[in-house]
Parts: sequence; C-alpha cells; structure tokens
Amino acid sequence: MYTASDLRKGLRIKIDNDPFIITEFNFVKPGKGQALYRCKLKNMVNGNQFERTFRSVDVFEAADLQEKKMQYLYQEEGKYCFMDNQSYEQVFLTEDQIGEAKNFLLDNIEVEVLLFEDRPLGISLPNFIDVVVTKADPWAKGDSVSGNTKPVTVQTGYQLQVPPFIEEGEKIRIDTRSGEYLTRVKG
Amino acid sequence: MNTDDSWKLAVRADVLRLRARIIRAVRHFFVKRHFLEVETPVRIPAPAPESHIRPVPSDGWFLQTSPELCMKRLLAADYPRIFQICKCFRAAERGDRHLPEFTMLEWYRAGTDYRTLMSDCESLILDVAADLGFGKTIPRQDRTIRLEPPWERITVREAFKRYATMTETDALRMDRFDEILSCDIESRLGVEEPLFLYEYPAELGSLARVKADDPGVAERFELYVAGLELANAFSELTDMNEQRRRFEQAVSECAFRDGLSYPMPEPFLSALPRMPPSAGIALGLDRLVMLFADKSRIEEVVAFPPESL
Repeated sequence: MYTASDLRKGLRIKIDNDPFIITEFNFVKPGKGQALYRCKLKNMVNGNQFERTFRSVDVFEAADLQEKKMQYLYQEEGKYCFMDNQSYEQVFLTEDQIGEAKNFLLDNIEVEVLLFEDRPLGISLPNFIDVVVTKADPWAKGDSVSGNTKPVTVQTGYQLQVPPFIEEGEKIRIDTRSGEYLTRVKG
Repeated sequence: MNTDDSWKLAVRADVLRLRARIIRAVRHFFVKRHFLEVETPVRIPAPAPESHIRPVPSDGWFLQTSPELCMKRLLAADYPRIFQICKCFRAAERGDRHLPEFTMLEWYRAGTDYRTLMSDCESLILDVAADLGFGKTIPRQDRTIRLEPPWERITVREAFKRYATMTETDALRMDRFDEILSCDIESRLGVEEPLFLYEYPAELGSLARVKADDPGVAERFELYVAGLELANAFSELTDMNEQRRRFEQAVSECAFRDGLSYPMPEPFLSALPRMPPSAGIALGLDRLVMLFADKSRIEEVVAFPPESL
C-alpha cells in the first residue's frame, strides 16, 4: 500500500483494476489548507492519460507488475503469441502493445513480457539482435552516388540503412532500441 | 560516483546574493518604521494546533511551524510593533513552492486590523523592489507585474464567482475548497498587479477574528503575486474562550489524522485576554526571493534544498 506522500514521478499504482504510471507530479497546498497531490497518470494498458488531484488521506495499491521470459511463437491476424518455456502457458499481445518491437521479432526469439496480474502489457527485446539480410542491391564498387549507406530488407521484413558493402544473405547486428545497424556478423 | 556538487552551489551565487540583499532590505524596512526585531524559540512544547499543518517532533517538544504564539505573547506584554525573520518547519511539505524547512517573515501591529497590513505589504514590496533596482514593475515569467499601489482586492466569494464553477460555500460543504482554490483560482490571482484575496469563510481562519457584522467571515487575507501565494494575514482573535474552542477542535482533528495528541499552548491562551486588538502577518521569504529572482521552484532560491543534504 502507498499513501499520498509516497506519490512521485514513475510510481506505478493500481486504480479500478488497471495499472497506472505517474508521469507528472506536484505537491500543492494553499495557505493553511490541506495538502494536495496533483498527478498526471497514464493507463499502462490502453495508454489513456488523465490528471487527478489526491489528498493525504488517499491510499493506493501498488500495481503488481512483473517481467517474465517468454519465447515468440507466431503472429496471426494482428495477435502476437508468446510462450513461457517452463509452464508452456501462452499469452497474446496486440500490434499496438508490441509497437516498434514487431520489426525485430525473430522466430523463437526470447523476450521479456511485462505482465500486470497475468495480463500482458508489452514486451522488451534484447538490446541487440542478429538478422539475415534478405534483400539488398549489389555493391557497385566506386559507386558514390548513393552516398554512404543503402537500404536493405532483413528477414523480419524490417528495412534500414546499412553501409554499401553489406550483401544479400549476410548477417548484421541491429540495436533494437534505435533500430539502427551496428556491425556485420561473420559466420 | 563523483559526489562533489559544489558547482551546484556556484551556479546559485547570483540568487543567493539577491536573497541576502532582500533580507537586508526587509530588515531595513521594519527598523525604519520602528518595529522591534525579536527572536523567539524555534523549539517549543506546543505549536498552535492547526488541522492541516503537521509539526516536526523534537525530543518531546516540536519545531515551530510559525513563531505566531510567542510573538502574540509579546504583543500581550505591550510590545506593539514587532517583526521576526526565522526558520519554520512543517512535516511532509515538499513541492515546487514548499520546503519542509523554510524562512518566514512575521510582523505584528497592535491597535489596528488587517487592512493596515495590506498597506504594509504594498510599501514593503515596493521598498524591496526599489532597493534591488527595479522600478514600479517587475518581470515575472515573461510578463510584467505593476507594483503601483493600491493593489487589487477581491473577496474569496468574488474569486469563486469569477473563476470557479461553484460558490465558496458549496466548495466548503463538498470539501473541495482547497482543491478549487489551488487548481483553478490561484494561477489567475495577481497576474497584472499583486492582489489581496480577503474575507475567508470563518472556519478557515483558526486564529482570526470574525467580521463584526458578518460572523460567517474571517478577517483574513492572502497576498498573491503572479499566482504565487506570498503572505497570510489576520485581524487577530483575542477571545480566549473562542480560541480554546477552535484549538480543541483542531487537536481532535489532528489526533484522528496522526494518532497523536498535541498539547494545548496554555501560556499563550492565558496571555490572550491581555492582548490588544492586533493584526499579524506571515510572509514566506523564500517565495519573496522566488518572485524577485523570477524563479518558479523554491529549491532554486536556497543554497541547500533537503535533497542535497
């Protein structure tokens, strides 16, 4: 349980059965009046934001959030399926919940699924993944017209800019946080 | 990790110099007007019981939440014009405009009521502004505030009529008065020039006298400049029995809230019948510095906010 004096930016609390994160916080108190805690909150399930003012008598439940290692299985009609390899339990996330991570979902990749009371909210990927380039224009030596990079497509369908020497069929490493090319991977 | 953050103190040099100058100008203002500067104990056995102010315990006693009670005992002992600049402490108050330890300026005048204090405020702020080299205006967050008196005066009732969706009476009944005042009204007060918000509902002036012709209204005002609450003033209540009754009510509210029983400030209550009709005011000095330094957060105007200790 939290009381109003525990409220601060980043705290995750449960209201009406949904998890909320406090995105803005300020303490106000009119002269001789009661302490008020003005918060901006974001619903971690649907992303809705709102403002609310709490008082010192208010109490809050902590949002029961946990991360679980799960394996990506497949995608079907906008639903992404992940499985816990210990319990074989499966969860489904929507495309919105997956967000940009959908560009890096390799078959069988292991991710951290953020769960709120067993309801999945989102995933976090490993920071780096190695992927095969499935489509690239051949490297014309001395061709400087296209500049220092060229576009390629990788096995997940994601497109990015890479140095011109990267060829189709090669493996490259991508930083999943920025979506950028890092290095060529041998072997 | 590098824990040397003396650079944080160094970047505050301009503000800290301004702060020192403001305090010197304030002191000069009162000395010039024949106010006696007094010092009263910071650690006291019984602060004034107030429903929404929590004192910090200190070895069986408490740190003062304001020097009010001791200063009024001086009034009762025939010190008719006194002022004090001191540290006050209030538990669990930390925000953009609150520090749990802050600097208060209080002054008291015998033989007058709160209207005189409004004129004092006008003269004081103009004097300090002049000392700092400002003219009749000061800049505040990209706007200009005119300081030429007299400043605007509106009642609490009028403020609710102008800026809120319900009357102050309904707001009180629904326990939403503080919320509406701080969220919907305050930011609009004192925007062009400083403003006195006055005539508070009687239950919001625990140590204030009620108006002779309207017992539902307390002779209390707050000074706002650019939405910033700077000072709180009363025509002081001198009726001992009424004061005791209000304190007892606050004590029982505090007991319910904190599970603590606060003692009655008996020496103050017994001095009250000897206190002449008076008016007193508490002005947050840190906020005065915020105003003149044009800073929006209180930690920007002190050398050591609590988080830096």
